[in-house]
Amino acid sequence: MRIFRWGWLALCLGLLGYGFYQAMYVAPTEATMGDIQRIFYYHVPSWCGMAVFFAVNLGASITYLATRRSHPLLALNSDALALAGAEVGVVFCTVGLITGSLWARPVWGIWWTWDERLTSTLILWLIYISYLLLRGFAAGPQMRTLAAVLAIFGYADVPIVYFSTRWWRTQHPAPVFFGGPNSGLDPSMLPAMLWNIAAWLAWGVWVASLRYGIERRKQRAEQNAALRALESTLEVAP
Amino acid sequence: MEKIAVMRSYVLVHLAKDLRIEWRSKDALNSMLFFALLVVVLFSLAFDPTAYVSRQISGGILCVATLFASVTALNQAWTREIRHQVLDAQRLAPAPPSSLFLAKVIANFLFVSGVQILLAPVFAIFYNLHPAGQGWMLAVVMPLGTWALVVNGTFFAAISLRARNREMLLPLLLFPIFIPALLGMVEASSAILIGDADPGLWIRLLAGYDVIFTTLGLLLFDKVLHAE
Repeated sequence: MRIFRWGWLALCLGLLGYGFYQAMYVAPTEATMGDIQRIFYYHVPSWCGMAVFFAVNLGASITYLATRRSHPLLALNSDALALAGAEVGVVFCTVGLITGSLWARPVWGIWWTWDERLTSTLILWLIYISYLLLRGFAAGPQMRTLAAVLAIFGYADVPIVYFSTRWWRTQHPAPVFFGGPNSGLDPSMLPAMLWNIAAWLAWGVWVASLRYGIERRKQRAEQNAALRALESTLEVAP
Repeated sequence: MEKIAVMRSYVLVHLAKDLRIEWRSKDALNSMLFFALLVVVLFSLAFDPTAYVSRQISGGILCVATLFASVTALNQAWTREIRHQVLDAQRLAPAPPSSLFLAKVIANFLFVSGVQILLAPVFAIFYNLHPAGQGWMLAVVMPLGTWALVVNGTFFAAISLRARNREMLLPLLLFPIFIPALLGMVEASSAILIGDADPGLWIRLLAGYDVIFTTLGLLLFDKVLHAE
């Protein structure tokens, strides 16, 4: 297991290095924006990571609710996975917001604007922060159930947030991928994009696995402490 | 069919209890009313709006005032059940948990709507309002927005009941998820007050939000009540 983990880290670093090389040296300079466009190779992978890990959080939360009575061990595992998914997702979301902001300053001339996609991502970020806050405010099996319920509520809000802000206003450039006939990335930029998506997803999986391991140990420590407390109250026959 | 009749009788019992308690104490109504009035006065003093500006911002102020005021009452809605272990009794009762939830939502909806109705004339006087659009549509927008607020607020108040600092946790959970409904409520009421846009899209958004979160709340309340 440990060998696998370090092997994965090595793979990750290799991918990140190759992705960096592709993004900085191989991909051509963008015609109108110049080198600042290269931040795009880090901006888009962040959103991919965010989408994947928030979906992991939802799946694990539903699994927890479905199995908490019948398969307690599976439920604990999925709770740890839900936490790891939410935390890594929030990190990706934060990186995406910051890289977007850094890009917007020279290109749009402003750090931030209340546009459809920016606003909905910010709200998404707020929702998952409140999820993590709830996990910090309560404890034990209660908290796990409540957090799983909140995760479902939060995820159900995502499409509504998206549509409401879409009708509200729009400034973000139209989606580069699947955005209509004139959108689409120049084929020469595609390798840099894909390598970076793969690299950052691999990195996310590595960090999430560490976080998952820590949470599982914490759960086991709590269980052992509860067991010891229970045993110490038992009368021992002489 | 029989199931619905049983559900309705449970809901009515819970609702009658909540309304009777409120009628005798008037805690929620009084605190909400005064709090909302304070927010309206504070905003008016802080921004000192002209007639045109006040028409533009008043929809937002009314919604935010309702939001802040209802949080004070929603926190009380479940705390009341903790005294004398009423909530534990509810957990043991054979009644479906969703009936308890639905009754609480209806009760809170009536309280918040009551506050809005009482506040509306004061609000119209302070901000010199006379709707330029179709004023009667406010009677559609406000209940839809209030239901969105109350259905999520009641649910999250039940969630934060188990946490430390429960009074503080409710707004932290409620506000992020409520944002799209707030946007719908503010945009629709502003469109009506200014009269330059059609609020139909926002009304549909609010209706969709209400349906989704009422369903989720009814389905998942059982898990929250029996969270141990």
